[in-house]
Amino acid sequence: MDPILLARIQFGANISFHILFPTITIALGWVLLFFKLRFVATGNEAWMNAYRFWVKVFALSFALGVVSGITMSFQFGTNWPGFMERVGNIAGPLLAYEVLTAFFLEATFLGIMLFGFRRVPGWAHTTATFLVAFGTTMSAFWILVLNSWMHTPAGFELRNGVAHATDWMAILFNPSMPYRLGHMLLASGLTCAFLIAGLSAWRWLRQDRSEDVRLALRVGIWLAAALIPAQILVGDLHGLNTLQHQPAKVAAMEGNWETRGNVPLVLFAVPNERERRNDYAIEIPNGASLILKHQAEGVVPGLNDFIGKHPPVAPVFYAFRIMVGTGMAMLALSWLGAFLLWRKGEIPRLLAWGFVAMTFSGWVATLAGWYVTEIGRQPWLVTGVLTTAQAASSVPAGMIGMTLALYLAIYALLMITYISVLFHLARKAGGAGAAPPPAYAPRLQAAE
Amino acid sequence: MELISNNLPIVFAALMAVSILAYVILDGYDLGVGMLMVQGDRSERDRMIATIGPFWDANETWLVLGIGLLLVAFPAAHGLILTELYLPVALMLLGLTLRGVAFEFRVKAQARYQNAWDGAFIGGSLLAALMQGYMLGRYIMGFQTGLWQEIFALAAGFGLAAAYTFVGSTWLIAKTEGALQERAVRWARASLILTLAGMIAVSIATPLVSPRIFDRWFSFPNIIGLAAIPLMTGALFLALWIFLRRMPRADHSLDLVPFLGAMALFTLGFLGLAYSFYPYIVPERLTIRAAASATESLWIILLGAVFVLPFIAGYTAFSYYVFRGKARELRYD
Repeated sequence: MDPILLARIQFGANISFHILFPTITIALGWVLLFFKLRFVATGNEAWMNAYRFWVKVFALSFALGVVSGITMSFQFGTNWPGFMERVGNIAGPLLAYEVLTAFFLEATFLGIMLFGFRRVPGWAHTTATFLVAFGTTMSAFWILVLNSWMHTPAGFELRNGVAHATDWMAILFNPSMPYRLGHMLLASGLTCAFLIAGLSAWRWLRQDRSEDVRLALRVGIWLAAALIPAQILVGDLHGLNTLQHQPAKVAAMEGNWETRGNVPLVLFAVPNERERRNDYAIEIPNGASLILKHQAEGVVPGLNDFIGKHPPVAPVFYAFRIMVGTGMAMLALSWLGAFLLWRKGEIPRLLAWGFVAMTFSGWVATLAGWYVTEIGRQPWLVTGVLTTAQAASSVPAGMIGMTLALYLAIYALLMITYISVLFHLARKAGGAGAAPPPAYAPRLQAAE
Repeated sequence: MELISNNLPIVFAALMAVSILAYVILDGYDLGVGMLMVQGDRSERDRMIATIGPFWDANETWLVLGIGLLLVAFPAAHGLILTELYLPVALMLLGLTLRGVAFEFRVKAQARYQNAWDGAFIGGSLLAALMQGYMLGRYIMGFQTGLWQEIFALAAGFGLAAAYTFVGSTWLIAKTEGALQERAVRWARASLILTLAGMIAVSIATPLVSPRIFDRWFSFPNIIGLAAIPLMTGALFLALWIFLRRMPRADHSLDLVPFLGAMALFTLGFLGLAYSFYPYIVPERLTIRAAASATESLWIILLGAVFVLPFIAGYTAFSYYVFRGKARELRYD
């Protein structure tokens, strides 16, 4: 088998597995801070019980993020040596700043956040929670700066084929960075909101009537309902930004072959790259022109302008529809849930089951979105600077294949365990037969 | 400034060396505790985990920093080294992954799987330690392949695992009391002997592989200055041995001493290696200066590092201060 393809599958598998966990922890850190601050403000133990349950989920997710992240830090070099040789002068400092300003911060204060409640004053524990949330967000910032730069490189010049930085502000605030960062942070918020709502709904359906379950369920539903319109707006802006800088990607997303006006919105189709047309298409007339150009006659770029230089159409096309479809389901469910919470104070059982079914919907949408943007960048690794094939390593296919099998086996095991442990924790936390929560005194001063 | 500019690769090699040394000491003790857990029953294991719980995440970050500095400052060396060590790196990552998640799963998973995750924690720690030592052995041998080189690298694997076990036992002496501390003292004595054997083996083999290192060690007047390292190391071994014979003590005020001794031991061994290989970053193939990347990017990183590292040192110290003294049960509330 082709070693480049194997190296891509291996790196893709690892990064797909990795991203699931930061996607939870980035937002969950802030939600924990919110729980803690509510507890401090109200003295209501239920907020602290919610904190104590979700901090376990945080610790678990964080550990999985750390171990898959360490693997990634090695795979940059083993799978893509050409990447650092050609653009290392830009990627290097960004990665170094991520380690220096984010990794140490979150890893160190995590210890205090998890186990330090009885060892430090209340305000110090709250500060540790804040610093962990801040650290995970900083980490997202640096990695999305680098990723955006790979999509829309700026602030550099090529000398003998090697990129040298000329303007760090232009590198940091490259054209797609604000949209991509916003889109990712909101994706994290939604993933976390549906995880909280789903797991809490499941506990509620199991007759766990603890107040912290009710509170967490409300927070999850309201957060989801508030973030989803923002995400649709930012996603749309991100798409317009991509149209400007990476038109071939948008053409693949829309399944549009010819550059022309009055382009329909393709709801579903089977893109046929050999014949260069869509089979079995269901379309809304002028839809794509209206979305992308805000008028029916708007000219939308087509794939035939980029023959040999556009990404593989089918994966981008399908992944985009999975992402948007999941987003629509999120909108419908969270708004219905929020409306019923507002009018009736609780949600019916059927809707609660809907939230359980959507517990991991954020993962589906996030992964699909990443496949759109990353596969959509192909054949480039850094747009216009470096192709994926140029960056690949010379490690023999057999070795990559063997380690790939090893990684896939371990990731499958970890995934099954992670999900089953989440539900195990939820089962253990309350409901019939559970021990009553220990008596709880607010600890705003140094206790010991 | 110009002095730094001209020696930027050396400054980065030093930064990287500090990160790797911090890693082998810090993650060394928690990997060591992980391996020693094979000796403990369930409640002892819980107490052993409690000594490393608040720290292991940050300890592993030093590996990310070390490998990150190698990647960004010496990309050519990074490519060479990681291609040579592709398989042991993958196995080490497997070990680190298993133990990292087992740390969580061993208490959070369903009761019937908890022993299996304990096994994954112990096995993962052992695999990571063996592979790191094996890689060190391959590095010392300049990545030559052959039967003796493989045997040496495997021996180095067991040597480093022994050294991690030693620093892990001294950590347990510092953080536990009672019967567990007594056992930790016995583990420390046994692993000290194995560590000594490993260090002697590496010290004999290193100059034999490389005539350059041989000359460096045994030519006059280098030998006079250099002799300080083996002499101090020998004295430290003896002192640690004698001190450990008198442990555990009724008075716990000196419980941290063996761990500090282990830190000194690691530092001396590291200095010896660094002295032998300088100015090479890949033994006999690539020098530090030849492997370095562009100056302006290194400046950007150095500025960040000089500004941020004091903060990292500060809050790391704060974390050790918060969790000072004997370890208590790990509780989320």
